[in-house]
Amino acid sequence: MRAKGSLLIKGGRIVDPASGIDRVADLLIKDGLVERISLANQRIGVKAQEVISAQGELVVPGLIDIHTHLREPGREDEETILSGSQAAAAGGFTGVACMANTQPPIESQEGVRFVLERAQQAKCRIYPIAAVTKGLKGEELTEAADLVRAGAVALSDDGNPISNSQIMRRALEYSKALGIPICSHCEDRDLSSGGGMNESSTSTLLGLVGIPSISEEVTVARDILLAQFTQGRLHLAHLSTAGSLELVKEAKKRGVRVTAEVTPHHLILSDELIRASFDPNLKMNPPLRGKEDIEALRKGLTDGTIDCIVTDHAPHSTEEKDVEFDAAPFGIIGLETSLGLILTELYHKGILNLQTIISLMSANPAKILGIKGGNLRVGSPADVTIIDLEKEWQVGPAKFRSKSRNTPFGGWTLQGKAVATIVGGEICYREGV
Amino acid sequence: MSAQREHLLGLEGMLAQRIKLILDAAGPFKEVLERPIRKVPTLRGISIANLFFEPSTRTRISFELAEKRLSAEVVNLSSATSSVLKGETLKDTAKNIEAMKVDMVVIRHSSPGAAHFLARELQSSVINAGDGAHEHPTQALLDLFTLRERFGELQGLRVVIVGDIAYSRVARSNIWGLKTMGASVAVCGPPTLMPLKVEEMGVDVYYDLDQALQGADVIYVLRLQLERQQAGLLPSLREYTNEWGITAQRLAKLKQEFIIMHPGPINRGVEITPEVADGPYSVILDQVTNGVAVRMAVLYLLSGGRHEG
Repeated sequence: MRAKGSLLIKGGRIVDPASGIDRVADLLIKDGLVERISLANQRIGVKAQEVISAQGELVVPGLIDIHTHLREPGREDEETILSGSQAAAAGGFTGVACMANTQPPIESQEGVRFVLERAQQAKCRIYPIAAVTKGLKGEELTEAADLVRAGAVALSDDGNPISNSQIMRRALEYSKALGIPICSHCEDRDLSSGGGMNESSTSTLLGLVGIPSISEEVTVARDILLAQFTQGRLHLAHLSTAGSLELVKEAKKRGVRVTAEVTPHHLILSDELIRASFDPNLKMNPPLRGKEDIEALRKGLTDGTIDCIVTDHAPHSTEEKDVEFDAAPFGIIGLETSLGLILTELYHKGILNLQTIISLMSANPAKILGIKGGNLRVGSPADVTIIDLEKEWQVGPAKFRSKSRNTPFGGWTLQGKAVATIVGGEICYREGV
Repeated sequence: MSAQREHLLGLEGMLAQRIKLILDAAGPFKEVLERPIRKVPTLRGISIANLFFEPSTRTRISFELAEKRLSAEVVNLSSATSSVLKGETLKDTAKNIEAMKVDMVVIRHSSPGAAHFLARELQSSVINAGDGAHEHPTQALLDLFTLRERFGELQGLRVVIVGDIAYSRVARSNIWGLKTMGASVAVCGPPTLMPLKVEEMGVDVYYDLDQALQGADVIYVLRLQLERQQAGLLPSLREYTNEWGITAQRLAKLKQEFIIMHPGPINRGVEITPEVADGPYSVILDQVTNGVAVRMAVLYLLSGGRHEG
């Protein structure tokens, strides 16, 4: 995406951790690229074709979400690449990576090309993640080189853990030739079998079958050891437990090539909430964990154990989700609430500063996938998010751009919101427009 | 129905006062059951749907008898005969039942929280007749009633619940009810059938049955689902019976007086031997009789106490 012409963003506070910028300045975009950033409190006097006043607002490199499910092809009733991208833009994201577990899965060049072709109409950049194994079955490697040549930015069987250690070893090995990470959904299906929520005192009270923390941790430990042995690049999806964080922290100290992500819901909600409501919108995989896990995840954001925040945006139809807790599918949507939740719960409550948040939601995700963006350097693609840090708004699922409504945050009042999303110099979302 | 509809979803959080009210109300209904004509007009004009999405003989018949003896109009739906098999959701089934103007719904379902789900969706009063491994409040209430009949008072009783605690809704509801009424509760069984952090429910945990039974006033034996062995939670039923089965030899070692309870149906020779189940200290059939009276009391109180009698 690259729009012709010029766009001037005036008077915002520009925060770009990747280039060490934090100042009130003007930002000029020309032909889809960052053309110039003024000195502090200076103006750019150029007559631009379009001008946005960002006074009192934050101007940051476009947010990037490297873990979404856009459901196309296969479940276009729940989400499409277009509707997902509209939701992303409304949530401040200029780029999203979409997982391969569509129907059929993205496991061939044609599949990757299909996604990229649909992405032409999208409201943000779309980065396809292709399957590690054929049919997501964990048995036979896909043609990874082909997939990467076609445009896949990473490989993942997300949703289906790879149980065979030999296959995981080979995937990590083979991907070294391609310079992409293997994104691993860590879950031992024997340990998690039949489970719907965290195994805890709450699951004991409710009589729900638990998914123990160890089902994640034994796989995290295995994958770290495999990455260390093979020297392959491992990215750990949606970590949820204190024990996983310990393992990652130690691995990073040893120099293992491992990165890790966490979702807003695992940072904010604990499994005790299920007790009051049995709300199927509190059911996701990995499940919401305990308070001590939340503490550990939050700590991981500041000490560098966690590299990025992702939504794990997982649309499901209301018919599928509005059933007994046991029967409901796993997953919630998050593109339109992620930034607001992080700002409300972590920034305004003094847990994370802005530089860290922008690194976790823009610079680091770009680095992990080796894609452009994540900074506002002159000559970079003009992917920019403008944020009103103070704006209070209520989460109204009925008004979502996403085709799905499965969120536990409906009715929450949040503080902080993307008010404009600019992709390659094109305004893809504007608050109130 | 009254504007503020009430439900009975579980005993967790139910106040002692409320439990006592139900037990007190059950007394007169038990007398009704001993009359030559065992029927009162209390719920005339009230319609009740029994939705049983899981096989049940005892609880279903007990509810149905309780409803009929209160002169309610009763409809039964069990999953084998309903459209549930055709893929209709619980929500649709419930909405349809409600559209037929049913005042109260009794639900048995394999999913924890299914009764809560209905309570959220429906205008009717909902009674939980067992939701997965979560709660079975009327079972615990009839157990409390039976205990009160025997001991006069629940305060200070020592109750040991033996067996498959992890998958037992009966255990959970009884733990809440007994603790609220001032009894002390211990659980005993194989560690693989003990749920994580069960001690946080305020119970003592034992793996050694002989130790657990010392000083027990009440030995509450749970049914062992035979599929637990197939699921790899137990090496064999034989070993389960040896280690955690309630046998006459084991009981002969006890110095105190005690009673034996079981929610049924019994796996004779697995969790309990026939001579114990049918023995003098067994109150298992009293539990069944009291079940009807206690359910009558629950239905009566939830109907808003609208008395026509």
